[in-house]
Amino acid sequence: MARRKRNTNENPFVKYTLILLVFIIFFLLLFLPLAMIFTTALRDGAKVYLDAITDSDALSAIRLTLTATVAAVALNTLFGLAAAWAVTKFRFRGKNLLTALIDLPFSVSPVIAGLIFILLFGSSGLFGGFLQSHAIRIVFAVPGIVLATIFVTFPFVARELIPLMQEQGSDEEEAARLLGASTFKTFMKITLPNIKLGLFYGIVLCSARAIGEFGAVSVVSGHIRGMTNTMPLHIEILYNEYRFTAAFAVSTLLALTAIVTLIAKRLIENRQGGAE
Amino acid sequence: MKLLKSFLVAAMLFALPMTLPAKEITLLNVSYDPTRELYEEFNAAFAKYWKAKTGDDVTIKQSHGGSGKQARAVIDGLEADVVTLALAYDIDALHDNGNLIPIDWQKRFKSNSSPYTSTIVFLVRKGNPKNIKDWNDLVKPGVSVITPNPKTSGGARWNYLAAWAYALEHKQNPQEFVKALFKNVPVLDSGARGSTTTFVERGIGDVLLSWENEAFLAVNRLGKGEFEIVVPSLSILAEPPVTVVDRTVDKKGTRAVATAYLNYLYTPDGQRIAAKNYYRPRDKKAFDAYGKFFVKTKLITVDKVFGGWRKAQKTHFDDGGTFDKIYGK
Amino acid sequence: MSRNGVIGGFGLSMGYTLLYLSLIVIIPLSTILLSAMSMSWSDFIATVLDKRALLSYKVTLLASLAAAAVNLFIGFLTAWVLTRYDFYGKSIINAAVDLPFALPTAVAGITLTALYAENGWVGSILAKYGIKVVFTQTGITLALIFITFPFVVRAVQPALEELEAELEEAAESLGASKFQTLTKVILPLISPSLITGFALAFARGLGEYGSVIFISGNMPFKTEITPLLIITKLEQFNYAAANALALVTLLTAFAVLFLLGMLKKYIRREL
Repeated sequence: MARRKRNTNENPFVKYTLILLVFIIFFLLLFLPLAMIFTTALRDGAKVYLDAITDSDALSAIRLTLTATVAAVALNTLFGLAAAWAVTKFRFRGKNLLTALIDLPFSVSPVIAGLIFILLFGSSGLFGGFLQSHAIRIVFAVPGIVLATIFVTFPFVARELIPLMQEQGSDEEEAARLLGASTFKTFMKITLPNIKLGLFYGIVLCSARAIGEFGAVSVVSGHIRGMTNTMPLHIEILYNEYRFTAAFAVSTLLALTAIVTLIAKRLIENRQGGAE
Repeated sequence: MKLLKSFLVAAMLFALPMTLPAKEITLLNVSYDPTRELYEEFNAAFAKYWKAKTGDDVTIKQSHGGSGKQARAVIDGLEADVVTLALAYDIDALHDNGNLIPIDWQKRFKSNSSPYTSTIVFLVRKGNPKNIKDWNDLVKPGVSVITPNPKTSGGARWNYLAAWAYALEHKQNPQEFVKALFKNVPVLDSGARGSTTTFVERGIGDVLLSWENEAFLAVNRLGKGEFEIVVPSLSILAEPPVTVVDRTVDKKGTRAVATAYLNYLYTPDGQRIAAKNYYRPRDKKAFDAYGKFFVKTKLITVDKVFGGWRKAQKTHFDDGGTFDKIYGK
Repeated sequence: MSRNGVIGGFGLSMGYTLLYLSLIVIIPLSTILLSAMSMSWSDFIATVLDKRALLSYKVTLLASLAAAAVNLFIGFLTAWVLTRYDFYGKSIINAAVDLPFALPTAVAGITLTALYAENGWVGSILAKYGIKVVFTQTGITLALIFITFPFVVRAVQPALEELEAELEEAAESLGASKFQTLTKVILPLISPSLITGFALAFARGLGEYGSVIFISGNMPFKTEITPLLIITKLEQFNYAAANALALVTLLTAFAVLFLLGMLKKYIRREL
């Protein structure tokens, strides 16, 4: 990282024990499941694997998943920045209530997260009659899938930024304002560079979760093949047809999104390194 | 109120570019798992037939999921022209919640609106080491039985009723019989595929209770030669029913083609495709021609023994029903 | 904390926050309340205080708490090692942290069950020592640890990165031991992030369904989680009862999130 190295004595024994522990955690919790998924995906040979991931239904599922993810990440990032700014730069009543409300979507069972949109936009929902008479489809169509994805990934960016910005305080921003910078300029030049890392993790988590979301999307999707199936739903269908190998093959694609994270982080670090 | 309005506007902005105007005839068949391949083949056959007969192109979209969940989606607005589900209770729900179809829907097509049937069979490990032949072998101590949870799985309800019917037939106390059976169940997966995974991949259990067509799929796809299908002396006639969803077809004007679609399931061609996908054809000729691998056995029906699905569901599977009593103190 | 007035943009950011929050969270969630209220009061009580429901709360709460606690520890450790040390394979581990989110929960559940079942890679070893994971409470906790693993790591990581090196150096030059620096300086400073990670992991655990049902065995009264009960209500087309149970989970989570928020505020004031 760009920060300067800490000038403290580190006991090498402690250091290597801790690193070893993290490797054990990584091995048991992340590596073994990943290895299991790849083993299962490839157990019937490369052809079955390739067929599964190039199937036209799989491709349309990938497209839909990406659409929903991009929409969710963009909207939730905008919200996260606004919410973090409001919460950390100002004092107001009910702040605690507001932050607790922001976290709430995490605790909603995914099935219920889907159901609430059915209760709003389904044919017997609150807006059901209105939507039907105007021939607008929200649930069992792409908008519903996007909405459900936004809901389950709602808090991520805000949640990463709020504690970070709280710790950083507002001194730098205040100084900038007193020196005559506009609020927007202060935000762009002072705040944004400071929170870059937190923002990055927020976006990474948000997209990972958006790509993998199953429960909520499954309730609002309608499962129409080639139209409203996301990748996790496509995996479920394969599994339900006793095509376990193919199901795991498509899952490997989702597991590989971690590599995208890796590349993205490298890019950010390189740019940061170049700027300083 | 202002908030509500802006919400609607935002929602509409989302929705507008994504609603597609329908130009040719498109039907949506909302089905359960795992009928994807059955209907893929059948849809192609029907499209050809319809083109030859009327000159129109018809595209059939497919939707698959758990039977109860699919029924809920249709009730909540999924625009299915036809539904082809796992049990009549789920289609009854389309009438009971929202009046999408008439109450006597099951009389609209032949044979209880079930063009093909299946039954509950046992899947055992190679060589049948525990020598499981019939339902009474399942309640013996030391036999481990795998079945999904009847509260969450439509398929498991057939398993349960089949065991119940066997006990009735053999003059045993059915409640005690199913209780003894479920004492031998170590895991209650939430669905049929979960149970199959437990049995096949985890190696847990001596016998898996399953729909016959799914047992064939499991044997062919997951372990050829590792498992055997055992057909008990008595089982239940599983009738996966089909119907036209009036709410949708009246709106879209697709009643004629939707009805023809379902009727085509009863033709020799439709029956052949069903048999090929391990469903028992209703038509005797088709059964004899294509269904040589089906073992004949005594099959009872839900209507005769349990007074229909509405009653069976209420007595056995709703909260406080006989299934809950098995685990209650 | 800043004084109002110096920094601008309050109206805009707050207005947007409230609007978006209302549209995506508050209005949709209020339908749970509306739906649950369509029951009579006595039906509502009977549903949410049913013995089976009570036991499912216990299973769900215990597993979520245990999983969040484990993640508090291993998540902090992971974040610490990832921010403090350079070692071979670091960037791979760093990228893999998010894996549990990207996998559909059912895939995670099936995979963990395969690993920890008695014929699985890990389960077969554990079985020798008489440890059973799959189809027990431990299994539920394991699934939740996996599913919620990224929360604590990703909450603590940026906070650790931002810690001023000078603070630690000062503490040490004043004679504080490593351990004292950790407990007296570092932990209090990053405690808001730790609490955030814990709270989110716990809240997510309460609602998790997809992965747990494969590993829990779903035995009534023993390994039945609340979300499973919600599904069984839906299977009976009983939306009101399903929403009543969802409401209980939601209120529990909200209370926990709120209380932990108060705790954070209190800690910050103490600093």
